[in-house]
Amino acid sequence: MTRTAPPPARPAVAAAPSRDARPPGLGRARRRERAAQWLFLAPALLYLVAFFGYPIVKNIVMSFQDYSVSSLYTGAAPFAGLLNYRAIFSSGLFSQLAWNTAVFTVLSLAGQFAIGLGLALFFARRFPLNGIVRSLLLLPWLIPLVASATVWRWMLGQNDGVINAMLETLHLAPAAGVPWLSSTGVALFAVTLVNVWIGIPFNMVILYGGLREIPEEIHEAAALDGVGAIARFRYITWPMLRPVVTVVLVLGFIYTVKVIDIILVITGGGPANSSQTLAVQSYQLSFKTFLFGQGAATGNVLILISLVLALVYLRLNRAALRTEGEL
Amino acid sequence: VLAVLILAVLLFPVYWMINASLQKNATSFTTTWFPLHPSLSGYRQALSQQGGHLLISLVIALGATLISTVVATPAAYALAKFRLPGRGWIIFAALATQMIPGIVIANALYGTYNSLHLLNSVLGLVLADASLGIPFSILLMRSFMTGVPDEIMEAARMDGAGRLRAFVSIAVPVSRNGIITAALFSFLFAWSDFLFALTLTTTGAVTPITLGIYQYLGAQTEQWSPVMATAVIACAPSAVLLVIAQRFIASGITGGSVK
Repeated sequence: MTRTAPPPARPAVAAAPSRDARPPGLGRARRRERAAQWLFLAPALLYLVAFFGYPIVKNIVMSFQDYSVSSLYTGAAPFAGLLNYRAIFSSGLFSQLAWNTAVFTVLSLAGQFAIGLGLALFFARRFPLNGIVRSLLLLPWLIPLVASATVWRWMLGQNDGVINAMLETLHLAPAAGVPWLSSTGVALFAVTLVNVWIGIPFNMVILYGGLREIPEEIHEAAALDGVGAIARFRYITWPMLRPVVTVVLVLGFIYTVKVIDIILVITGGGPANSSQTLAVQSYQLSFKTFLFGQGAATGNVLILISLVLALVYLRLNRAALRTEGEL
Repeated sequence: VLAVLILAVLLFPVYWMINASLQKNATSFTTTWFPLHPSLSGYRQALSQQGGHLLISLVIALGATLISTVVATPAAYALAKFRLPGRGWIIFAALATQMIPGIVIANALYGTYNSLHLLNSVLGLVLADASLGIPFSILLMRSFMTGVPDEIMEAARMDGAGRLRAFVSIAVPVSRNGIITAALFSFLFAWSDFLFALTLTTTGAVTPITLGIYQYLGAQTEQWSPVMATAVIACAPSAVLLVIAQRFIASGITGGSVK
């Protein structure tokens, strides 16, 4: 990448042996300096390569291999071409899993974002104890997913869950209770509900931060001019919040597509795969049926989905920057 | 008033967990709305059944935090202060790691861990869990350290301090808050880890608390008091951190993801 040339002449103070002001003649010392600087980065680079780079490459290789339990012991995994991909795409399950993943992701994002934005707007006004309430709301995001998912699993039980008990008291549910987790038609929505609950704090915090960046004077001026609250939101808040909104949604998408813990704890993907997503399926293929090759292939499909979205995001971002530049 | 209502609705699951953990024999039908007859029997059961798992989780989380902090701090410093070629790409790579599903990493690591004899070992989980914190820590601390004025560093170098000295005795203390925040999150990530615990152990020799809770569920329990008590204990670090490190947490969530 670009490296700055040594600045011509700097004030006496900075002319001491600092890294920029070194005269060009000292090439060797300079190289040593650079090597020492890389040493600061070396452990981290090694770690990124070992725990991210290497797994990605190995996963791609595995997805083209017949990688089974015996491969673990012999180290030999015969090349299988596109067999793994063909197997997952033609399993008849794939379209359902893709649909489930899409429903889970889109509804999660919509719910988290809508509620998160509502809360962010609510807390943007000043009132006593604002800060304390706001930080208490972070709790769902901070506690281990397994713990909160466990509580939800009990709360959503058909006969023994407190949610059905509440609904029955309010006469909102049939006497038998809503079969949250045991019906193929409801289970996916139940896990989505839980995922919304977990994602609200994240959306709230980031959107709140974005709202605070908008200068108050603009709002005050508009209010003085008689612009109503809804119009102010539409023409001032929303456009100025747009960049933050995109960031929240993109990050939310990337996190939601790969959710496993919540679904595994609450429904295990069932009943009859009705709440199974691609991420959970990848786990099941590798670690339940020991078809590591197919698990790897499914994982790669997930990465591809995230990648496409990230590219779209970058593209949009650049387009937005360009239009801004032209204005 | 509205604020209290929002709080009540959103935190109800947390309340329900604590409520049930304090009731004796909280089965489906006996659980009342308030713990009128509080009992610690759930906690006693939880500690006798899951105490060892808690200890293992603590060791793993502390180890992962240590590695993550030691590895990420100098890297963040280098990315913030040295004009190294390709540093833009390194930052981009750290960001891109967030896109990789954990299951992909677990899938690939399983075979490798198997041949390195790292399955079912504390060390294996420490190393894997540290990877959860490192990219986040690098990004977070880098944004903190960019704010450290160059003049201080140059002054130190002029006084004859080496690169390492300048880093340890100036950059680290000055960016203390960023380092604490990053370490707190590294701890939380490792403590909450479920996927690596699930996939990189096969025998039950090493069972972190998250896996312990999951196994409770597999046993189709009707006794929810000890399960809820375990869940409460597993949530304790998060709650403690929220109380003592509130401002760090808030800056961590925003700083780590937006920047």
